[in-house]
Amino acid sequence: MRHAINKLWVTAVFIATTMLAVAAPPNMPRYRFVNYTIANGLPDNHVYCVLVDGNRVWAGTDNGLGLYENGKWKTYNTKDGLAHQAVLSLSLDKRTGDVWAGTMGGLSRISGGRIDTFTQLNSGLSNNVVYGVSVEGENVWVATAAGACRLNLSTVQWTLYNERNTPMEEIWVYGVSAAPDKVYFAVWGSGLMEYTQKTGNWDKYEDPDRETEMVLFKNQGLIHNVVSSVSYVDKIVWASTYFGDSRYDGRYWQNFLTKDSGLPSNFTNYVKSVDANHAWFCTDKGLAYYDGANWAVYTPSLVTGEPQMTVRNATGNVTAVPVTTAPANNYILGIDLQGGDIWVATAGGLSHGILQR
Amino acid sequence: MRRVKRSNRVQACLPVCLFAFGVVLLCLELSTAGAVRAAATGRTGEHLVYASPLELLFSPDGARLYVLCSQSDEVRVLDGVTYAVIKNIPVGHQPRGFSLSPDATRLFVANSWDDTLSVIDTRALNVAATWPVGAEPSSVVEDRQGRRLFVANRISNDIAVLNAQTGAREKQLVAGRGASYITPSPDRSRLYVTHIYPNATPHRTSPESEISVVDAARAEMVDRIPLRGIAGVFHVATSADGRLGVVAALHPKNLVPLTAVEHGAAMQDTLTLFGPRVGNKPVEVPLDELDRYAARPFGVAITPDNSRIYVTSGGSELVVAIDLPRLLHYVQTHGGPAYDLSASSNYVVTRIPVGHDPRGVALSPNGRRLVVANRLDDTISVIDTRTDRLVSTVALAGPKEVSVLRHGEQTFYTARQSFHGGIGCANCHIDSTFDGLQWDLEPDGLGRDILDNRTLEDIKDTAPYKWNGGNPDLPTECGPRTEKYFWRSENYDDLTLTDLVAYVRSLPARPNRSHLPGYELTPDQARGKVIFNRTADNFGKPIPEASRCSYCHSGDLGTNKRSFDVGTKKATDDSGLFDTPQLTDIALTAPYLHDGSAATLEEIWTIYNPHDRHGRTNDLTKDQLNDLIEYLRSR
Repeated sequence: MRHAINKLWVTAVFIATTMLAVAAPPNMPRYRFVNYTIANGLPDNHVYCVLVDGNRVWAGTDNGLGLYENGKWKTYNTKDGLAHQAVLSLSLDKRTGDVWAGTMGGLSRISGGRIDTFTQLNSGLSNNVVYGVSVEGENVWVATAAGACRLNLSTVQWTLYNERNTPMEEIWVYGVSAAPDKVYFAVWGSGLMEYTQKTGNWDKYEDPDRETEMVLFKNQGLIHNVVSSVSYVDKIVWASTYFGDSRYDGRYWQNFLTKDSGLPSNFTNYVKSVDANHAWFCTDKGLAYYDGANWAVYTPSLVTGEPQMTVRNATGNVTAVPVTTAPANNYILGIDLQGGDIWVATAGGLSHGILQR
Repeated sequence: MRRVKRSNRVQACLPVCLFAFGVVLLCLELSTAGAVRAAATGRTGEHLVYASPLELLFSPDGARLYVLCSQSDEVRVLDGVTYAVIKNIPVGHQPRGFSLSPDATRLFVANSWDDTLSVIDTRALNVAATWPVGAEPSSVVEDRQGRRLFVANRISNDIAVLNAQTGAREKQLVAGRGASYITPSPDRSRLYVTHIYPNATPHRTSPESEISVVDAARAEMVDRIPLRGIAGVFHVATSADGRLGVVAALHPKNLVPLTAVEHGAAMQDTLTLFGPRVGNKPVEVPLDELDRYAARPFGVAITPDNSRIYVTSGGSELVVAIDLPRLLHYVQTHGGPAYDLSASSNYVVTRIPVGHDPRGVALSPNGRRLVVANRLDDTISVIDTRTDRLVSTVALAGPKEVSVLRHGEQTFYTARQSFHGGIGCANCHIDSTFDGLQWDLEPDGLGRDILDNRTLEDIKDTAPYKWNGGNPDLPTECGPRTEKYFWRSENYDDLTLTDLVAYVRSLPARPNRSHLPGYELTPDQARGKVIFNRTADNFGKPIPEASRCSYCHSGDLGTNKRSFDVGTKKATDDSGLFDTPQLTDIALTAPYLHDGSAATLEEIWTIYNPHDRHGRTNDLTKDQLNDLIEYLRSR
């Protein structure tokens, strides 16, 4: 009898523990968002990209490049030498502290306050519409509307990559992520391009079913050929597309869709990986964070506009987490990390997510 | 120049005078004619190797004086008191800058023409290591901790950051165009870097330069102090407390027609003050007076007690002594407009004549002596800073004879030939190259025929000269034309002009850094060469001979020495016919076209060749244009 009671007691404890475990959402990061708009000094509310450089934060907007430093905004525009007012991409040269800005009118380097601009007319830059830029070592890798290119800072030589010397079929290059071993390019309509630095060889990753509106072969290759951005960290490549997202470890593909992940939308503008298992996804329906098993989504409600945070655990259970702040807009375009904090570029302002301990 | 000639004449006459006292007056009279010729004709045409001291350094204890000898490729080590030679140490080719490590155990030498650093062990007094660096290293400074070296590279316009123990390059920082001189703050936490060519600005706008400020601990560029209207920036000096910086620079007047040279109408010689002592904004003050110029200021020193600033004037062959407290008072009360030629009388104490082309200066550790490197005399002037007087002149070992080339170089670098001694050849041809500016010269009419200044390197076989090809030879270019429109003063005598021309003809092209070892072409350059020489366009259509790159830019120098209309005539130009420029080191001499309207090589074809008159290029893909540029960079 005692044995039966003990067994019942253990079973009850197990069930209660399990229920508690199911009920409690995973411990995903929570933020208090402070939003910046033109009302408090941001050059423009439409923020394409954001870059953190220590205590300084750069915001590429539709009307200039903003620098947030010591609690104040400073704006760089064409009168300061910026290639174009619309700044689409940013990259930091960690060796020198120089910031590279890809714009709608060329590529600009901001160095010690001086701006030098490279365009398709005054330099070897392949095209003035610079969607992506990534500095690695002595090379500046550039994604443009007419192919990719590389500026060697030591020799000041430009090398162009396009349909003539790579497997690129389309040359609308939306993003680039460079590391010492590989450089990846997100090509709109042509999948993911991989450049091996040591050999100079190119490889190409495409959607195996090549369907634009269906996914027939999930986890057998890139989710879609319309790739909007790429992030390569710890030898893992993450790609965002307008039809879902992908992770590739060199052997296996793992794809993410709204129907079977915590993604709030398949339409993903930008992906930034933290390491091999953690990544941020910037979608048209909010900002998503993936920790390798669980998902968190941060956004103002698409219906009411009220701040909203949801957590989806590994088994698919979704829990709403009460929050009082959210990113400035649900249309997320970019993100960068500042220690535990995040800075989020949205179509309605720049948001500083302050990690809540 | 006239003063020096007279000195030579007196020397030539001296035996005669000693021999016959009664004919002194007659002798001096003769010296104005025959004796000059005798001295000139006596010059050797040999290529003599002079020391050509460029920079000086005292050891911290004052026991040694290091002399950087730019032509003999040495560092000469002298006793710091007696100036007796201790040792001559061979270094690399054309050393341009040097500095001691903070503990003074190592002396770093930037060898500008072979792109190396010589590391001298100051105890053993020999070269302990030679490290490759960037393109045309011109100065070098080690950080306080001895971790990093910072090297200003003139051609690559950057500051190379090296591991101070191994010489391994970590990175390069973007500096101003023609980065050349680095001065550390007293605690070496900041490095101030200057550059000799102006940064790129829109066509026909005021030139702009900068003092690039490097955070030495982070090895990052943290600020750029703007120098508006300035083109040609040389040495910086900082006060002992680090609260004041002073930089010597040229302030050209290239946006207005060059109708006169008096009253500083062509160029002004200035100092710019920066740092907490003068507030947040740099202040530019003139060194010139109405008829007393300080042409081409170069070296600067501030005494430890902040009482004096000394500035060398290469063109005027003197040292300007400035009362620093009075200068600061003037700046605080007047602001300091650079164009006010009455200003310098408020703070210039005296002008001390020294030798030919004085360049670098150094103060003894106690600040009592200022030594000056007279580059084209092979002498060192020693000035007592308590009296501001020249107390001795130390002759360096080497040829005593002034060769034709040496005399030509002295003529090139002096400003004494021009009216009031305001400018010389080297004002616009900095270090015998160019200045990156466009000028409006008078003979074509005011506001007409704006012309880009061309480099002098390797021009001896590129006649005719001028953009309109109007000067058939260098004697015409350097003689009547220069005398009339630049010097506006007396003519050169024939032999001086001959020597000047001989010097200009002797200027070689600097090493081309785009070449692979063995002068092979890279794949890009090879493809570009094919485009350069092609006879049919991308559509298979034959290109007329005159529309091929290789037709006008033929031969080793890249010019057929004829004039063509390539469709670049502007509304202000009288003619569209322009001399075909040589391609030697063309990548270094931006901007391009006769008026400097093309900021880069690319713009020659992307903007200024809409109708294929400057060669058939509009069929080229961007890849092909890039290849063509790469080939041109290898020329």
